[in-house]
Amino acid sequence: MSDSRKEFVKGLITTNPVFVLLLGLCPALAVSTSIDNALGMTLATFIVLLGANIIIAAIRGFVPSITRIPIFIVIIATLVTVVNLLFNAFLPDLHRTLGIYLPLVVVNCMILGRAEAFASKNPMIRSIADALGMTVGFMIALVMISFVRQLLGTGEMSVFGFSIFTLPVLSEHPLAMFILPPGGFLVLGLLLALLRWRGVLKI
Amino acid sequence: MSELIVILLSMALINNIILVRYLGLCPFLGVSRELKPSFSMGMAVTFVMLVASLATWVINHYVLIRFNIEYMYIIVFILVIASLVQVIELFIKKTNFALYSAFGIYLPLITTNCAVLGVTIINMMENYTLLASLVSALGSGLGFTLVMAVMAGIREKLDLADAPKSMRGAPVALITATLLGLAFFGFSGIV
Repeated sequence: MSDSRKEFVKGLITTNPVFVLLLGLCPALAVSTSIDNALGMTLATFIVLLGANIIIAAIRGFVPSITRIPIFIVIIATLVTVVNLLFNAFLPDLHRTLGIYLPLVVVNCMILGRAEAFASKNPMIRSIADALGMTVGFMIALVMISFVRQLLGTGEMSVFGFSIFTLPVLSEHPLAMFILPPGGFLVLGLLLALLRWRGVLKI
Repeated sequence: MSELIVILLSMALINNIILVRYLGLCPFLGVSRELKPSFSMGMAVTFVMLVASLATWVINHYVLIRFNIEYMYIIVFILVIASLVQVIELFIKKTNFALYSAFGIYLPLITTNCAVLGVTIINMMENYTLLASLVSALGSGLGFTLVMAVMAGIREKLDLADAPKSMRGAPVALITATLLGLAFFGFSGIV
């Protein structure tokens, strides 16, 4: 069991998919304009990553290595189709805000990367632990980015419609640049530099 | 005609695929270190985007819509792009070896490039005609090449700059992208 715990913990900081491996940047930046969207994207990624890791760990014994990549891609694409239809049916608002970034989960390098680098070589329990760790690491990164962007870009903090607090001056004159695309690059760049400077991430 | 020019400019400059839509960030941060490979990568992506837009448009209209299986588009598009890249690679290798060496390893890498799939999905969602899809692919590819080349030019100089240790590499590249993105906002008035 300590083995699985190790696979889980490594995804949080030491091999955090966004901050260290720089994978999955396009969803991380595109949807991180608010915490709601960040959590929605995390949910979609979680379902696909967990499903892909389970299926691939289960069939890893009899997948011929020469055709493994197309097989992994079809498995991932099927799971993304399922998630896309589920979101469309049960979370239509979120489906609309995520837009093209929901079908694009299929080319999130993080998912194929974990399938290829981990689930195709490891037993199922450890692959599940790996998927959970990577998802939590992805969530930490997305929530950190979207917290800064939502706070500075709108001047107030609200999650799922509940207002938590409002900043005095910023709510009247928000720094709209932070919810615009360049703001995403700026926040991620500064966060990376900060985490490296404080020694949380190794250079 | 003017509609097509609007699509071309909007995909290339205003809604730039890298700086505004955040697609194709892996090659943007990984490859764009020197001018020449960045340019080859951009050309390869533009070419694949054009062929992929043609193929997915035909398949979408004559297979998926005809048989009412539009919901299969994610699986079908990704497989079409993956096999197209393989076919293009084989074809170029046999017919034009100089071009093949110029594209180098970037051609196979394009399969997982979200920019290509992104453009085909945008074309589908916007309900573009075949001609409009091709123009939008061309615009996206040119926008991609432009930003890759500009970024490579900046990074050749940036490597010599005396940045703080924790800023070197990805952080400073991302902050450069911020400034480029702000500069590209200047284009939003032209259409």
